[in-house]
Amino acid sequence: MDLTLKIWRQENAQAKGGFKNYEVKGVSENSSFLEMLDVLNESLVDKIESPVCFDHDCREGICGMCSLYINGHPHGPDNAITTCQLHMRKFKDGDTITVEPWRSKPFPVIKDLVVDRSAFDDIIQAGGYTSATTGGVPDAHTSLISKYAAELAMDAASCIGCGACVAACKNASAMLFVAAKVSQFALLPQGKVEKERRVQNMVAKMDELGFGNCTNTYACEMECPKEISVSNIARMNREFLGAKILKTEKV
Amino acid sequence: MTKLDSRIPQGPVAEKWTNYKAHQNLVNPSNKRKIDIIVVGTGLAGGAAAASLGEMGFNVKNFCIQDSPRRAHSIAAQGGINAAKNYPSDGDSIYRLFYDTVKGGDYRGRESNTYRLAEVSNEIIDQCVAQGVPFARDYSGYLANRSFGGAQVSRTFYARGQTGQQLLLGAYGALSKEIKKGTVKMYNRHEMLDLVVVDGKARGIITRNVINGEIERFSAHAVVIATGGYANVFYLSTNAMSSNIGAPIQSWKRGAFFANPAYMQIHPTCIPVHGDFQSKLTLMSESLRNDGRIWVPKKKEDAEAIRAGKIMPKDLKEEDRDYYLERRYPAFGNLVPRDVASRAAKERCDAGFGVGTGLAVFLDFKDAIKRLGEDVIRARYGNLFQMYEKIVDTNPYKTPMMIYPAAHYTMGGTWVDYELQTTIPGLFAGGEANFSDHGANRLGASALMQGLADGYFVLPFTIQNYLADQISVGPIPTNTSEFDQAENSVKERISRLMNLKGRKSPDYFHKKLGHIMWNYAGMSRNKEGLEHALEEIPKLREEFFKDVHITGTPDEFNPELEKALRIIDFFDMGILVATDALNREESCGGHFREEYQTPEGEALRRDDKFMYVAAWEYKGEGAKPELHKEDLKYEAIEVKTRNYK
Repeated sequence: MDLTLKIWRQENAQAKGGFKNYEVKGVSENSSFLEMLDVLNESLVDKIESPVCFDHDCREGICGMCSLYINGHPHGPDNAITTCQLHMRKFKDGDTITVEPWRSKPFPVIKDLVVDRSAFDDIIQAGGYTSATTGGVPDAHTSLISKYAAELAMDAASCIGCGACVAACKNASAMLFVAAKVSQFALLPQGKVEKERRVQNMVAKMDELGFGNCTNTYACEMECPKEISVSNIARMNREFLGAKILKTEKV
Repeated sequence: MTKLDSRIPQGPVAEKWTNYKAHQNLVNPSNKRKIDIIVVGTGLAGGAAAASLGEMGFNVKNFCIQDSPRRAHSIAAQGGINAAKNYPSDGDSIYRLFYDTVKGGDYRGRESNTYRLAEVSNEIIDQCVAQGVPFARDYSGYLANRSFGGAQVSRTFYARGQTGQQLLLGAYGALSKEIKKGTVKMYNRHEMLDLVVVDGKARGIITRNVINGEIERFSAHAVVIATGGYANVFYLSTNAMSSNIGAPIQSWKRGAFFANPAYMQIHPTCIPVHGDFQSKLTLMSESLRNDGRIWVPKKKEDAEAIRAGKIMPKDLKEEDRDYYLERRYPAFGNLVPRDVASRAAKERCDAGFGVGTGLAVFLDFKDAIKRLGEDVIRARYGNLFQMYEKIVDTNPYKTPMMIYPAAHYTMGGTWVDYELQTTIPGLFAGGEANFSDHGANRLGASALMQGLADGYFVLPFTIQNYLADQISVGPIPTNTSEFDQAENSVKERISRLMNLKGRKSPDYFHKKLGHIMWNYAGMSRNKEGLEHALEEIPKLREEFFKDVHITGTPDEFNPELEKALRIIDFFDMGILVATDALNREESCGGHFREEYQTPEGEALRRDDKFMYVAAWEYKGEGAKPELHKEDLKYEAIEVKTRNYK
């Protein structure tokens, strides 16, 4: 198939960016979206033009590195996948496809379609873990966890930290990302010890970094490649309110 | 010839690690903060080591090439992690896990290291549960287990098909905690381009900041490399796009021997290649072999008809199907080790029975769905089936999956002794980057175990035996001639590349190298082909240094330059693989020489001549590496011919 690509090009963080059009011909419908971009880049390099920069790594939908905003959707038109798993059979011959970086203030552009998502690392560092140190922990069977709770925790823990939720949100809210981590630990006995500290610290860090608030449009859940449910946000709100009201531990 | 000293502790194999820990030197808490440690890599081994060393109070500098330590390629491991917990009470034990791992490795691993691995495996599960890793559970609330290829017990712990992700996020959490505390300083988007050796000791690294191209110096009292394996030498593999062999190859050029490069694992269950533009191969977890049955048509004409789309695979009658693994290996059936399953698939396809493009076999869930129902299969493998459907556009619940072997994991790596120290004092290697535990072939669910064993429970202790001597050294300065020399050599390497005004992209050369490696040094090898590869790779390298073109400048975000720098290392790696494969005139595990097979086509080991670790020393650009041998001794295990029949 033949396509027109309208791609955001931006030299570096300081430069002013803009769209540039590229014609690509003979794209296989079995190729992935990123392989289609590889072919475009290979042709640009052959012409000694600078290739389009984009983040990608595992190319099997789990590392969370790829992050393209395609035709107005983070990770493109298909559901429950990352950009690297999007295949060209989802497009039609003659289509014009718009490709942009994640757009939100806490994720500044580094170059072209590459953004800086270190704000997510900062949020995790604020408390997205249990404080268990290596060694000296009890046998794994000492604590029982219901299959139901383990499955819910796993649903939340499958977040890949790609940032599609932020890119999808008109407020650039990181609530789904933060809530997924808060939920995982709130559901497990190992995480309960620090749950009041954790939720307060992570929410405070998220606010400090400039992520917006949640206004319940659910765009994050719609666009999440791992289909993480907004019910996690409800759980986080309960945890947060509980911690604030009970004031068991003020942070 | 230098004698390799593996420094294996005395005593019976089951007591070595306990004895070692009781007598090794330690660094006292007040001295730990005076010691700097560089850890390169943030996967299971690197991330776990950096976190654990930080907790102990060392100053850790941790490096990764991605934008976050959470993205290391350990994250992509699907199936599970082994441990000798024996929770299902099916007769498992530390000894049995050790035995299976040594046997699975075709008696080419180091017995003492493998025993230690089995020994600490149980602690890993405890540790991960304490971190809040949501492992699969039964209704009882206890942890669930499943079986994996090469084992007759259920010892594999898992978190759906995302076990690597969950374990890595556990380590990433621990690492994040230490970054917050300030014991670990994290350097994202930094690539190690050289190792700095001062007075024979590893004292630092040179990195390139991939965002702005800045070349930086970092010093430490010890350096740990945990940057994974070299499967991307084939270009197409299940590894991530940025997975590279830079740190081990730079270390090799500085004096760290490289062991058993020929041992590469070709994983049997990957989605087959579909076109020239393809950038990577996707693994389908081996756990699928628990319920899926592998087959090809019995008759060539049926295979041809299926390839041409004239008959549907589901319409082929039972008696016309050849379940070749069940036929050849009745005891293990579809659960034979990976090397055996991969070669059997290649054998059938080479003989003309392949489906799809001709290089594919079926993995069929029809019987399992009939037996257990679609819901059970969906609960077990739903995410894998969905991934398959997204890529291939067919529904595996209705029509059998197609699979073919692909390069996946490398058992070879930087040579290390019992303490995981390389031949350069102060340089340590962990996880897939080192060699010892898996021998010539790795069993399923053992990579996660080894990465975390090295990172949490081995390196943080053994490194102290070395560092105990270093407490009075003081901070290592970076303004010395050794750092100057290393930095200059990196800058020269980059400017040489930037000044080549050729016509071809770095990927062009990487793909060509991949073709050479797959065709002549891949799943099955022979003398002639390997000699051919050893002629072709240097020629390709020469062409690369004449005709590559790197767009842009070195002082900016420049993925083309990153790729070109990595390909230089892959040329060296390709030569190492072919050299070792040529030298090893036997077949064992992931290394199959066509000249050495039984009349039934099984691997023929030659224990009298090759029961050794081949460690290769760098002898200069273009010179043949020098072979050093570490003899392997098996005291706790009787060496047998592997038999899965």
